[in-house]
Amino acid sequence: MSERELTVKDAINEALVQSMEEDPSVILMGEDIVGGAGRDHHPGAMDSWGGPFGVTQGLATRFGRERVRDTTIAEAGFVGAAVGAAMTGLRPICELMYVDFAGVCYDQLVNQAAKVRYMFGGKQKVPMVLRTVVGAGFRAAAEHSQTLYSIYAHIPGLKVVAPSNAADAKGLLLTAIRDDDPVVFLEHKRLYMRSCPVRRAADGIAFGVAEIRRQGSDITIVGVQRMVDFALEAANTLSHEGIEAEVIDPRTYSPLDESAILESVEKTGYLLVVDESYPRCSLATDIAALVADRGFSSLKGPVRRCTPPHTPVPFSPPMEDYYLPSPTRIADEARRLLGK
Amino acid sequence: MDDAKANIERMYRSMVTMRIFDERVRQLSADKRIPGYAHVYLGSEAIAAGVMAAIEEEDWIASTYRSHGHAIAKGVDLRSMAAELFGRRTGVCKGKGGSMHISDFDRHMLGAFGIVAAGIPVALGAALSARLTDSGRISVAFFGDGAVHQGVFHESAGLAKLWNAPVILVCENNQYAEATSVEYHLNTETIADMACAYDMPSARCDGMDPEAVYDTAREAVSRARNGGGPTLLECVSYRFAGQFEGDSHRYQPPEEMEEARKRDPLIVGRARAVERGFSEADLSAIEAEIRSHVEHAFIEAEGDPLPRPVETLDDVYVSYGGGLHEPGSARSTG
Repeated sequence: MSERELTVKDAINEALVQSMEEDPSVILMGEDIVGGAGRDHHPGAMDSWGGPFGVTQGLATRFGRERVRDTTIAEAGFVGAAVGAAMTGLRPICELMYVDFAGVCYDQLVNQAAKVRYMFGGKQKVPMVLRTVVGAGFRAAAEHSQTLYSIYAHIPGLKVVAPSNAADAKGLLLTAIRDDDPVVFLEHKRLYMRSCPVRRAADGIAFGVAEIRRQGSDITIVGVQRMVDFALEAANTLSHEGIEAEVIDPRTYSPLDESAILESVEKTGYLLVVDESYPRCSLATDIAALVADRGFSSLKGPVRRCTPPHTPVPFSPPMEDYYLPSPTRIADEARRLLGK
Repeated sequence: MDDAKANIERMYRSMVTMRIFDERVRQLSADKRIPGYAHVYLGSEAIAAGVMAAIEEEDWIASTYRSHGHAIAKGVDLRSMAAELFGRRTGVCKGKGGSMHISDFDRHMLGAFGIVAAGIPVALGAALSARLTDSGRISVAFFGDGAVHQGVFHESAGLAKLWNAPVILVCENNQYAEATSVEYHLNTETIADMACAYDMPSARCDGMDPEAVYDTAREAVSRARNGGGPTLLECVSYRFAGQFEGDSHRYQPPEEMEEARKRDPLIVGRARAVERGFSEADLSAIEAEIRSHVEHAFIEAEGDPLPRPVETLDDVYVSYGGGLHEPGSARSTG
């Protein structure tokens, strides 16, 4: 069988294993991506964590602690080190345990990784990947639930990938590792256990190519990462009411497949963007501006965004559920946009 | 003895070049023929010269926005440097960086960074690479006294020790962190003292004496190359100009400056050269030769063409496959 069901978590692990087998210059760095450092003599200590969600479990056992290294809690230090290592012959994949820690290594990513090639006249490249965990719906509260996609997409010199399913996660991560530019690879914590058929082969998926997850001609719904599944659920509901939504999963946000979105809006005339990021200056805002500018003549109604309110992510379940977009809210917004 | 003579000549030539180059930069900056910021290296020449003499060509360095001295000591072409300062397309960074980012990867410079302490983890990464690929190379991070307060300094020092990385952390203590004196900002007696927090070997030397820097750096180089890991090396100098060109630096008392000038590294270096057997005439000839060379570099570079504006779009990525939103590209279809 060339395919079998794999969770997002296992698909990512497989991409890492395959990359490390294919290329000895690939190394991993991060906090407790193995676990048990200093206690390797004790059974079960090594690889006891494999990251907070077990995504990197087993890699150190297989490839050793030189290539899969637990760092100190020093994001600026090891992300900066990844930049230097990437420039000098390695292909480092560093992990930021939660995207919410972005502030600690922001300088390293935004001012060094993203700009080294440009500032120094194109002689250098930074083939590194920063993997990190995003997303709300985990009751993890304000400092462990953010997405911050647009913080990275905003920066020239970085590439940004946010897959919505296991097959895309594997293919896009393989491409990210093989890519010669710095890539921020965002994994959604609520998607780790979702499974779908994943190819065994180490085939990469190209950046800048959106996936049309559902075809339709009445309204275009662009979903960002986890919101793709919610949009599909909403589309299902709407279908029973005679509204056929086209659901687009951009998958990569820098580069962004602008023509897929514009072509769809040309067909449907209506755009709803669903994004669980904060509403100001988000990917949703960016995509809305793109279409308002270059797709204006196709539009039969305003561009709408389905987002949380302008607040941090709350802890208590009823509040977090109110906060996040849901299939119900998406369907409501779609109907409102279509005047139904 | 021949080695020491050849070494002092190499270092002295390097220092004279740095001094003449940056004095020219001061004039050109004041005349506004060099756009933007300039941070000259005056007073720290012995540090770059001494450290670069102690390492090999293939060893990596990470520099700061006070980059001209490091670049010159590392052998970056003077005309390309001057062209970069003028923003010409023939500049070493194709006009993309300017004074704060004078760096040549071909000469094993990882970069010259505008953010304080930014180069430190980058040099650490190059050292990690060297260790994991067994290349035998080492790396050097240059940073100022102000940088030791940055979180990333501590993070990098801790990781360097943990990884036994072949990196030398060279603190150029020119006694001023921007407009703040080191007496005020430093908590410990010396910067070298801070190394105990990481159980890292450290040393402190007279940064005005190229041979003192060279000898101290050699120990650190040897340690790194023989698997002994990192060293924190504090070199004490003095900043003869302001933080940047245009800074009136009234916070540096004239008597303090005068005192420091008595031990100008060029004076100390000259004395060392004489001790090693050079005559005053030899040294004057060297200085004249270098002065002419530097002058030519600036004259020719200033005549080089500016970049075509559209070159702004080059070298953001190795490959992208997406739009760069170039001016005039986003046209409404309606």
